[in-house]
Amino acid sequence: MEQRSVESLLVEIQTTKQSMPSGDSPVRVVIVGHVDHGKSTFVGRLLWETGSLPTGKQEQIQTACQRRGVKFEWAFLMDAFQSERDQNITIDVAQTWLHTATREYVIIDAPGHREFLKNMVTGAASADAALLLIAANEGVREQTRQHGYLLSLLGVRQLVVLVNKMDLVGYDRAVFSHIESECSAFLKKAGIEPQVFIPIVAADGVNLAGPSGETPWYQGPSVVAAMDGFECLKAPSALPLRIPIQDVYRFDHRRILVGRVESGQVSVGDKLVFWPGGKEASVETIEAWSAPKKSGARTGETVGLTLKEQIFVERGQVATPEGMPPDVTHKFKARLFWLGKEPLVRNRSYKLKVTTQEVSCQVLSVDRVIDADSLGEVAGVRDSVGHNEVAEVTIHTRTPIAIDPYSENAATGRLVLADGTMLAGGGIAYKVLDAPSLKAGKGPAAERLTLQQRHHRFGHKSVVVWLAGEPAEISRIAQRLECILFARGMAVFLLDESNLTGVLTSMAPDLETLPPSRTSWNVAAAISETVLLLAQAGLVTLVAWPLPESVAASMRALAEQKNVGFLSVLLSSPGDTPAGDRVDSPEVAADQGSPSAYDLRLDIGEQAADAAALTEIVDKLTLGFQLPPPADYVI
Amino acid sequence: MTHLEKLEQQSIYIIREAFNKFEPLGLLWSVGKDSSALLWLVRKAFFGHVPFPVIHIDTSYKIPEMIEYRDRLMREWNLNLIVGQNQEVLARGETYPNGSASRVRCCSLLKTEALNQVIHQHRFSGLIVGIRRDEEGTRSKERYFSPRDKSSEWNFKNQPPEFWDQFNTDFAPGTHVRVHPLLHWTEVNVWEYIHHEKIPVVSLYFANKGRRYRSLGCAPCSATVASEAKTVPEIIDELRKTKQSERSTRAQDQESEDAFERLRQSGYM
Ligand SMILES: Nc1nc2c(ncn2[C@@H]2O[C@H](COP(=O)(O)OP(=O)(O)OP(=O)(O)O)[C@@H](O)[C@H]2O)c(=O)[nH]1
Ligand SMILES: [Mg+2]
Repeated sequence: MEQRSVESLLVEIQTTKQSMPSGDSPVRVVIVGHVDHGKSTFVGRLLWETGSLPTGKQEQIQTACQRRGVKFEWAFLMDAFQSERDQNITIDVAQTWLHTATREYVIIDAPGHREFLKNMVTGAASADAALLLIAANEGVREQTRQHGYLLSLLGVRQLVVLVNKMDLVGYDRAVFSHIESECSAFLKKAGIEPQVFIPIVAADGVNLAGPSGETPWYQGPSVVAAMDGFECLKAPSALPLRIPIQDVYRFDHRRILVGRVESGQVSVGDKLVFWPGGKEASVETIEAWSAPKKSGARTGETVGLTLKEQIFVERGQVATPEGMPPDVTHKFKARLFWLGKEPLVRNRSYKLKVTTQEVSCQVLSVDRVIDADSLGEVAGVRDSVGHNEVAEVTIHTRTPIAIDPYSENAATGRLVLADGTMLAGGGIAYKVLDAPSLKAGKGPAAERLTLQQRHHRFGHKSVVVWLAGEPAEISRIAQRLECILFARGMAVFLLDESNLTGVLTSMAPDLETLPPSRTSWNVAAAISETVLLLAQAGLVTLVAWPLPESVAASMRALAEQKNVGFLSVLLSSPGDTPAGDRVDSPEVAADQGSPSAYDLRLDIGEQAADAAALTEIVDKLTLGFQLPPPADYVI
Repeated sequence: MTHLEKLEQQSIYIIREAFNKFEPLGLLWSVGKDSSALLWLVRKAFFGHVPFPVIHIDTSYKIPEMIEYRDRLMREWNLNLIVGQNQEVLARGETYPNGSASRVRCCSLLKTEALNQVIHQHRFSGLIVGIRRDEEGTRSKERYFSPRDKSSEWNFKNQPPEFWDQFNTDFAPGTHVRVHPLLHWTEVNVWEYIHHEKIPVVSLYFANKGRRYRSLGCAPCSATVASEAKTVPEIIDELRKTKQSERSTRAQDQESEDAFERLRQSGYM
C-alpha cells in the first residue's frame, strides 16, 4: 500500500485552518477496543493524514523506533511513556488535538488491556462519540464487548465501528461482514446502534481520509467523513434547575454560595429550595468578577449566589426550583462498573459521591452481575462485585442524599464510589427507593427516625431488663431500679402488674387476664410485644412479670435483632421454692425455670441483700450495654 | 456558551474543588503566559481574591523582565508571594552551563528540588499548576488531580481513575496533589483568553527585531522563534499557522528521548 504524500495533504490543511470556525467546541472522540487491535496506530496515522503533526515529530518517532530496532510504529506518537514504547502497549489514556477540513477534534486514545480499564473509563467518560476498533484477523474479543457495554453506561451514544488490519485478511469482504453482524447484534443488546462499519488499515491509512482501491466493495464514508457526522453533546435545555453547592465563601462582607448549574437555569429573584432539608430562600444577586453584571445563568455555568434570606446552606446541598424537587432518599438501585483491585463487598463502608455530596454508604445487595461477554446475568447469588465487573446493586447511604434517576437527569443521577482513598467505581442511579414523594408536593422529607437517632438523643442504648421471681417481690426491686436509673439521667420505664393489667384488659378484653402468677402463653406474648415497642422508642424498659422461657427466649432474639440490649434476672428470697414452681399455669409450667435462661440469679429479701442485688444489676447494665457510668447514687 | 467560556468554567470548577479539599493550597506561578492566565482564573473563581500563596521558583537564571513583571503583579494583584530557590546548589555552582550539571540535571536541582523544599517547608497538600495536555506526550496523559508521593514522585504507571468531574481528593499524609486546571486548554486557547480578558503578559512574548519567546524558561535553555507578532491577535494568527511545537525551543527536553519523562516522574511540573 502506497502512502499518500504529505505535500498533497498539506495544501488541504492550510485552507482548513483559516476557515476553522472559532467559538465552537471540538468534538471529543474516544478510541476504544481490544488490546493490540490498532487504536494508537490509528490515532498516530490519522494525525499524519490530517496534517496535524508538528514539524520533526515523525523524525523523532523514526529515531525512537530505530533505537529499539523495530519497524516504524505510528502508535509511538500517542504512546509517550518509555515503558509503553518498549512493550508496544498503551498504559494510560492520552488526549490530542486534530483538525479535519471541517472542524477540530479532541482525540482520546484509550488503552485496550483489561488491566488498564480504569484509564479507559477516565478517557471515555468525557467523550461525545466513540470509534470502536476491531482487528479483522482476531474479530470481536473480550474488551471489544466490555468497552462497548461501558460506552452505553457512560452515556456515549454516537459510535462508528472500524474493522482494522484488513490487510491481514486479504481485504476479504466476508470477514468484514461477519464481524459487522456479530458486533451489531452485541451492541444492540448494549443499547447502542453504530452509525456505520468501515474497513480500514490503520497502519497504511486505508479508508482513513478518503476512498481506497484496496476495498472496492466498500462504498461508505471514510473515517474522517464519518467523524464529521458526529455532534457535540448538548446540555439538555428543558430540565429543571439543579445547582449542587460546591462551597460557601465570605468575601467583602458577602456570603456567596458557589456551584455549577448542572441543569436548567437560574435568575435573580428566583425562589430556591435546598435539598436535603427543604429550606427556601430567593436569589438576591449572581456575583461575578471582571465581567458584566449578571441577571441569570444557564446550564454549565459556575455561579456565585447571594441569598435574600439568611439560611444555613452547606456544600452538598442541591438548589432546585419550587415544586421541582429531586428525590431525597438513602436507598436506591444503581448500575455500576467496579474498577477497584479489591472487590466491592456487601455491607462494607464506601464513600459515595453524587455531584458535590459525599456520604458513607453500603451495598445492601448485589442484585445482578452482568457478564460482559454475553450481556447475560452471571449465575448464582453474589456477595461482591469483582475487579472490572459490571453489576446492579442496591445502595444504602448513612445520611439521606438528593438524587434524580439517571433517566430524568444525567448530571444528578450519576455516582462514583471511593474505596479508601481512591475512586474505584462509578455508575448511574436507575431506581430510587424509599423516597417520600416530594415530587408531588413540597415541604421537607418525612423521614422515619431510626433507633440510632434515639440512642443518640437519650445518650444510651435501649435495653430490656426482664425481672423474674415472686410478683410482689420483683415489683419492689424493679421500682427501686427504675428510680436509680432515672436519677442517672436515663430514659427508663417499668412495666409491672400496676400498669400492665389495665393495658392488657383494654387491648384484648377477650384475653383471659390472670394475675401474674397465672400468665397464659397468649398474655405473655402480648406483654413481650409491648416491651419491645417501648424498647424501640429508645427506653430502658424494665418488665417485672414472670414469663415462660420460650417467650423470654423469643423476646431476647427479637430485641437483639432490633439492636436492643437484653438482660434477664431471676430474683429469689430465702425460703422461696424455685421460681418455676411458682407459676402454676399449665402452659407455662412446662418450660419455665431452667437456670441457664437467666443472665443473673440474685438473692433478695433483707435490705442488704436487696442493695447488693440492685448494685449487681446496675453494674451489669453499665458494663454490658455501655449505659452511662454511675454519677453518685445510693441504693 | 462559547468554547472559551466552557474552558473557563471548567477551570473555575476545578480550582474551587481544590480550594475546598486542600489546605494548605498553593499556586505555582512561573510568570509565563499559562500560569498568569491561571492566576486570572483564580481571581475569577474567588471574586477578585487570591486566597492562597503564589509560589515562584526562582532559578536565578530567569530573564530580568520576568522578575520585573512578577513584582509588579504581586503589588497590583495583592499576592502573597513565596519565592523558592535552591541556594545550596547555586552556591556549589552545580548548574548549567557555567557549572558541572547537564541541562536536565540543572532543571531537576534548580526547579524540582527547590519546589520540593518549598512544599516541605510549607507542608502544601495541594499545588495548582498550569500545565496543558497539548504541550507534550507525558502531559497528555495527566489527570486533573494528580497525586505525588512524599518525594514528589509521579506514579504514572498506576494513576487513579478520574471521571465525571469527580476527583481523587483523599490521600495518605505526607503526599500532595498537583491540580491541573488548564489541562484541557491549548496554547491558542490561552492566548485567545489573554486577549479576551486583557490579561497582562511579559513583553518577551512579543516580537522584537524579528524574534520572540514562545515558551519562557531560564535564559540558557530557552530560545526565541522567528516572528513578526507584536500583538496578541498576531500571536494567535501565527500559532494557527505554525507547524512547530511549543516546547521545541526548550533545550532541556531535547537531551534524550526520555529526558522529559524522567524530569516529570521525579516531580517536575
Ligand atoms: N498489519 C497491520 N498491523 C497493524 C495495523 N494497525 C496496527 N497494527 C499493528 O498492531 C500492533 C498494535 O497496535 P497498537 O496501535 O499499539 O494497538 P492498540 O490498540 O493501541 O493497543 P493497546 O493500546 O495496547 O490496547 C502494532 O504492532 C501495529 O503496528 C494494521 O492496520 N495492519
Ligand atoms: Mg494503544
